[in-house]
Amino acid sequence: MTEKATPAVITANDVELTFQTSDGPVHALTGVNLTIEKGDFVSFIGPSGCGKTTFLRCIAGLETPTGGELSVNGMSADEARRARAYGYVFQAAGLYPWRTIGGNIRLPLEIMGFSRADQDQRVERVLELVDLKGFGKKFPWQLSGGMQQRASIARALAFDAEILLMDEPFGALDEIVRDHLNEELLKLWARTEKTIAFVTHSIPEAVYLSTKIVVMSPRPGRIADVIESPLPRIRPLDIRDSAAFIEVAHRVREGLRAGHSDDV
Amino acid sequence: MKTIGPVLVVLGCILAIWYGAAVLLNAQWERDQAARADSTIGWAEIVPRTMAQERPVLPVPHQVAAELWKLTWGEEVHGRKGLVRSGSLSNRGLLLHAWVTFSATLLGFAIGSGFGILLAVGIVYNKAMDASVMPWAIASQTIPIVAIAPMIVVVLNAVGVSGLLPKALIAAYLSFFPVVVGMVKGQRAPDAMQLDLLRTYNATPAQGLWKLRFPASMPYLFASLKVGVAASLVGTIVAEMPLGGAGLGTRLLAGSYYGQTIQIWATLFVAASLAAASVILIGALQRGTLKRMGFGR
Repeated sequence: MTEKATPAVITANDVELTFQTSDGPVHALTGVNLTIEKGDFVSFIGPSGCGKTTFLRCIAGLETPTGGELSVNGMSADEARRARAYGYVFQAAGLYPWRTIGGNIRLPLEIMGFSRADQDQRVERVLELVDLKGFGKKFPWQLSGGMQQRASIARALAFDAEILLMDEPFGALDEIVRDHLNEELLKLWARTEKTIAFVTHSIPEAVYLSTKIVVMSPRPGRIADVIESPLPRIRPLDIRDSAAFIEVAHRVREGLRAGHSDDV
Repeated sequence: MKTIGPVLVVLGCILAIWYGAAVLLNAQWERDQAARADSTIGWAEIVPRTMAQERPVLPVPHQVAAELWKLTWGEEVHGRKGLVRSGSLSNRGLLLHAWVTFSATLLGFAIGSGFGILLAVGIVYNKAMDASVMPWAIASQTIPIVAIAPMIVVVLNAVGVSGLLPKALIAAYLSFFPVVVGMVKGQRAPDAMQLDLLRTYNATPAQGLWKLRFPASMPYLFASLKVGVAASLVGTIVAEMPLGGAGLGTRLLAGSYYGQTIQIWATLFVAASLAAASVILIGALQRGTLKRMGFGR
């Protein structure tokens, strides 16, 4: 993976974010340096309060860093947001209860002004992509939690943004559903060749999914370690029993422990 | 069908209390009459008479029902000015007055709800309005409507506005408030995540309003509309009192001038039925809309 072959999609240079609160400043992020290349699957892992979600929100232009440089697709994060450069998947599916599944996926397409025929076609395509074909006319409450989260991924995919930002999308699901969705997500990533930034607090999930694992630590939120995964891109679920997998997981755990050593 | 028993029991209790109260309240007049005729009178005679007085303190249910029948069916079918003989609703019957009141109520309700929704959008989208409008809206509702209604009617008459509109404006004055409160709450119902989602799409504020805030506020809107339509009817009736002409308010005032308690009660029942019908109508609209929107579960 040389820098030239795969151009950087997201670069962070000494990014800092300090919230001014009534108790004084809170350093949510300090000195974050990171490059995410095209086609990467990058996981952010760390204990709560380490700024992993905050950093994802900075990339999305939902928070503005108070220092450093952050560029997304060669633009500032806010410009990238206005150019609709990414699809964002939240912790909860957040589907509108008054819209059908198809209607929910159509929402960004309506807002972005796609033609009606194009909308229909795209809704069908992404429904198939997340394995929800035939559920377009159902309402969200008629679907299980895992299916709802798949629908919200379809919604983020519908307008063909090159980047997918996912904030603990499977955090609220049980482990069986989560395993299944992880596998599906890898297939989806292979098919669509998107660049994915993925926040999680599960070590197996991070190791299983990622080409690059960013271990973060709290107070102040910072990057403790960046691990390039040696695992192949095609990963069956049982790769999690392989020695390579366990070694990477071990290194992540070490990184988390190092970041925590000062306050345990 | 399981609920019909309890409903009948409650209704029976209300009627029993009503009859009992009517007998007790009207008995004194019968005793006074008897005293004037130098005789005494026992309960056996008092009870039937209290139910047949011309101007009772409290008319009994069947008197009110008979009056209702007389002032609707009787008046329109057999009356000289009724629908059958004259081709238009009688001004002595209640149907004409009910219609006049109802049309002013609807107009006022439409004005009030529309204004309330606009105001709520302003409050949600504009910080200055958020800080400044609500206190005034609350203050407006603390002024007794009975005090302000005649003044509004007189002032509007002076500038040449008369007929339905002054009444409707007072109805609107009462009905806009619950709509403002409900719609502000409803539009603020979407959580931060749903608002963030729209930001990731770079949606315009107008898109946020139409695609998120308005649909999310529908359950709140209908709850407010139910309160609003009832308030609107009260406003119209109060506004009709100083006006004269047609309307349930005018009839109520006339009834109390001449001590026509049975007529007052019959008119009250018409007003109550109008309110109930309006609320039921909005309820049906609510069920239909929310079900179609997928809230129905």
